[in-house]
Amino acid sequence: MAELDITRVDKIYHSRKGDVHAVKALDLVVKPGEIVALLGSSGCGKTSTLRMIAGFEEVSNGAITLGGKAIHALPPAARGVAMAFEAYSLYPPLTIGENMSFALKSSRLPQAEQEKRVKDMAEMLEIADILNKYPSSVSGGQQQRASLGRALVRDAGLYLLDEPMGQLEPQLRAVLRGRIKHYLREHNCTTILVTHDQTEANALADRIAVMEGGVLQQYATPAELKARPANLFTGTFIGEPPMNVFTADVSATAERVSFTVEGGTTLSYPASDMSEALRGRLAKTPRIALGIRPHALQLGEGPVKGKVTACQWLGDQTHVAVDVAGRTVVSVSQERVSRPTGSDVSLNVAARDLHLFDAASGNAIAHGGTLA
Amino acid sequence: MDHSSSLEKLLRSVAITLVLVFFLFPIVWIFLMSLQTNETILRIPPSIAFTPIIDNYTALITGQLRTAAGSLQLNFMQNMFNSVLLSVCSVALSLVLGVPAAYAFARFKFRLGEDIAFTLLSFRFAPALLVLLPLSLYFKTLGLTNTYIGLIWVYQLICLPLILWIVRGYFEDISPDIEHAYRIAGNSWWRTFTRISIPLAKPGIAAAGLLAFIFAWNNFVFALILASADKQPVTVGALAFVTASGIQYGQIAAAIIISITPTLALALYAQRYLVEGLSMGAVKG
Ligand SMILES: Nc1ncnc2c1ncn2[C@@H]1O[C@H](COP(=O)(O)OP(=O)(O)OP(=O)(O)O)[C@@H](O)[C@H]1O
Ligand SMILES: [Mg+2]
Repeated sequence: MAELDITRVDKIYHSRKGDVHAVKALDLVVKPGEIVALLGSSGCGKTSTLRMIAGFEEVSNGAITLGGKAIHALPPAARGVAMAFEAYSLYPPLTIGENMSFALKSSRLPQAEQEKRVKDMAEMLEIADILNKYPSSVSGGQQQRASLGRALVRDAGLYLLDEPMGQLEPQLRAVLRGRIKHYLREHNCTTILVTHDQTEANALADRIAVMEGGVLQQYATPAELKARPANLFTGTFIGEPPMNVFTADVSATAERVSFTVEGGTTLSYPASDMSEALRGRLAKTPRIALGIRPHALQLGEGPVKGKVTACQWLGDQTHVAVDVAGRTVVSVSQERVSRPTGSDVSLNVAARDLHLFDAASGNAIAHGGTLA
Repeated sequence: MDHSSSLEKLLRSVAITLVLVFFLFPIVWIFLMSLQTNETILRIPPSIAFTPIIDNYTALITGQLRTAAGSLQLNFMQNMFNSVLLSVCSVALSLVLGVPAAYAFARFKFRLGEDIAFTLLSFRFAPALLVLLPLSLYFKTLGLTNTYIGLIWVYQLICLPLILWIVRGYFEDISPDIEHAYRIAGNSWWRTFTRISIPLAKPGIAAAGLLAFIFAWNNFVFALILASADKQPVTVGALAFVTASGIQYGQIAAAIIISITPTLALALYAQRYLVEGLSMGAVKG
C-alpha cells in the first residue's frame, strides 16, 4: 500500500462561460494504509480532487505522487488506483456480478480466486442475492453498493470512494461502515473517502480534510478537528448542531479577561483561565469572533440571559433555542429538559470551551484558553 | 369506459389503415405496373384487371430490352451492383471515419470543435448541384471522374455528417464515468472505446448507418455528373428506360421494385434500432 502525496495542485476548468478554479493549491499527504475523509459543502472540489488523482482530469498545476512515483501525467490505467463513482456508473449490459468481476479480469488472478473475491465482497455489502441482475433492474442503493464493491475487489495502491454510501438508509449504512472499515484495515488500504456525513467521516477516517471553495481548510484527526478548528469555517462546518458564533469586544486586564458580545452580554473569566501568551495576544486584539459549541453552552446560572424560543427533545438530547438580545443561540443538553417557550433562561460557558477567532480573517486564535 | 375504449380502438384502426393506404398505395401501384406491358399500363381508362407477366423482370435481369423500335442493351444489373458497392463502401468508410470523430466531438472539448462539427453538418445545407460543377472540374484534373473511389469520396458529403451528428448525440448520452470505471481497471483508452463505448452506442450507430445507406442509395446527381454508365447506380441507370420509342413504364416499375428491395429489407431488419436510435440519440444530440 502506497503513500499519496498531493503537492500544490490546482484545478482550473476552462469553459466558454469562463474559468472555474475548482481546486486551489491543494497539499495533502495520505500515509500508507491511512483512511482519509474529504469533507466539504457541495461544489467545493471534492470530486475534482478525486478525478485528478484517478487521471480523468488533468492537474492544472502541481504534482501527485503515489508510492514515490509521479502519477499525474500517467493514463488512468497505469496509476494503480481504484475508484467508486458518485453516480455508480455500472456498465449496463453486464450483470452486477460481471460488473464486479470485470475489474479483476486484468489482475491475472486464478478464476476461482476471482469468483471467491466477488462472492465475499457481495456478501459483505449484502448484494449477494442480486449478482445475476442487471443494473437497470436494481435499486439505487444496490447499484451504489455494486459500484463500491467493484472498486474494493481490486488490488490497488489507492482507493477513491466518492460518497460510497450516500443512497443507503442509516441502519445499513451503520452496519456497512463497520464492515468496510474492517476490510480497509485488514487489507491495509490507503483510502480517500468523500462524504457529506460527519458521522461517517468520524467513524471511518483516521484524518479528515475539510475543503471549502477549492481550498483545504484543515487536515486533522476527527477529535482535533472538533476541539481545535483552524478557522471559523471548520468551526461552524464540523459539529451538529453548528457552533454559535458572536463577535465580541475584548478587554484584558491583569485580573480578568472579558468578552462583550453584541447586545451587551459580558462573559468574564479570571485571567488564570487563559495562558500568558493568549492574554498578551488578546491585549492587542480588541475585536474577535467567539465560538461556543451548543454542547458547551449550559443552561442554569450564568451571565448570558435570554428567552426560550424552542425546546426539542430528540430522544437522546435536548436542543434549546434561546433568543439572546435578538440573536438565536442553540444549547444542547444531554438530559431531558423542558422549558416553556418565552421563559427566561440563563446560560453559562466555561473558559475551556471557548473558541476564539480573528474577527477579520476567521483564523483561530485560541481554543480553551491556549493559543491555537 | 369499456365502450369508449372500444370506440377508441376502432378509430385508431381506421386512422392506421388510412395512413397505411396513403403510404403504401404508390408502392402497390408500382408493383402492379411492373407486372404489365406498356400497353396495358397506358390503356384508358386504367384498370387493375390484367394478366400478370414477368417480362419486365427478365428484361432487366438478362439485360435485353425489346421495344417496338427493336432490341436494346441494358446494364441494369451493373447499375444495381454499382449501387450496392457505392452505398456499402460509402457507409463503411463513413462509419470508420465518423464514429471515432463523433466520439471525439462528444468527449473532448477542443478549440474550434463546435465549428468543425457544424461545418461538417453544413455540407448538408449546400445544394448538391452547386457543389458539383466546381467538383467535376477538380475531378477531371485529379483523374477521379468516373471512378468508384471518386464517387465514394463525394458520397461522404451525404453520409459523414449524418453519422457524425447522430452518433455524437448517442455518445454524449453515455456517462463518461462508465468508461472511466473501465479505464481505471487497467484498460487503455482504445480498448475502452471499442469494448465499452461502441457497444453502448450500437443502436445509434446502426440507425445512423442505415439512414446514411438509404441516403447514399437514393442519391442521383453526384453519379449523374461525375460518372458514366458503367459506374452509375440504379437511380441514374433508370434514365435508360426513357428511350427514343417512348418511356418503358413497365421496366421502370420493375426496376423500382428491385432497387428498393435492399433498402426495404435492411430497414425492416433494423427497424428496432432505427426507432430506438433516432428517438434516443438524435433528439438530445
Ligand atoms: N467539467 C467541469 N467543467 C466546469 N466546471 C466544473 C466541471 N466539473 C466541476 N466543475 C465545477 O468545479 C467545482 C467543484 O466541483 P466538484 O464536482 O469537484 O464538487 P464536489 O465537491 O464533488 O461537489 P458535490 O458534493 O456536490 O459532489 C464546482 O463549482 C463545479 O461547478
Ligand atoms: Mg462530488
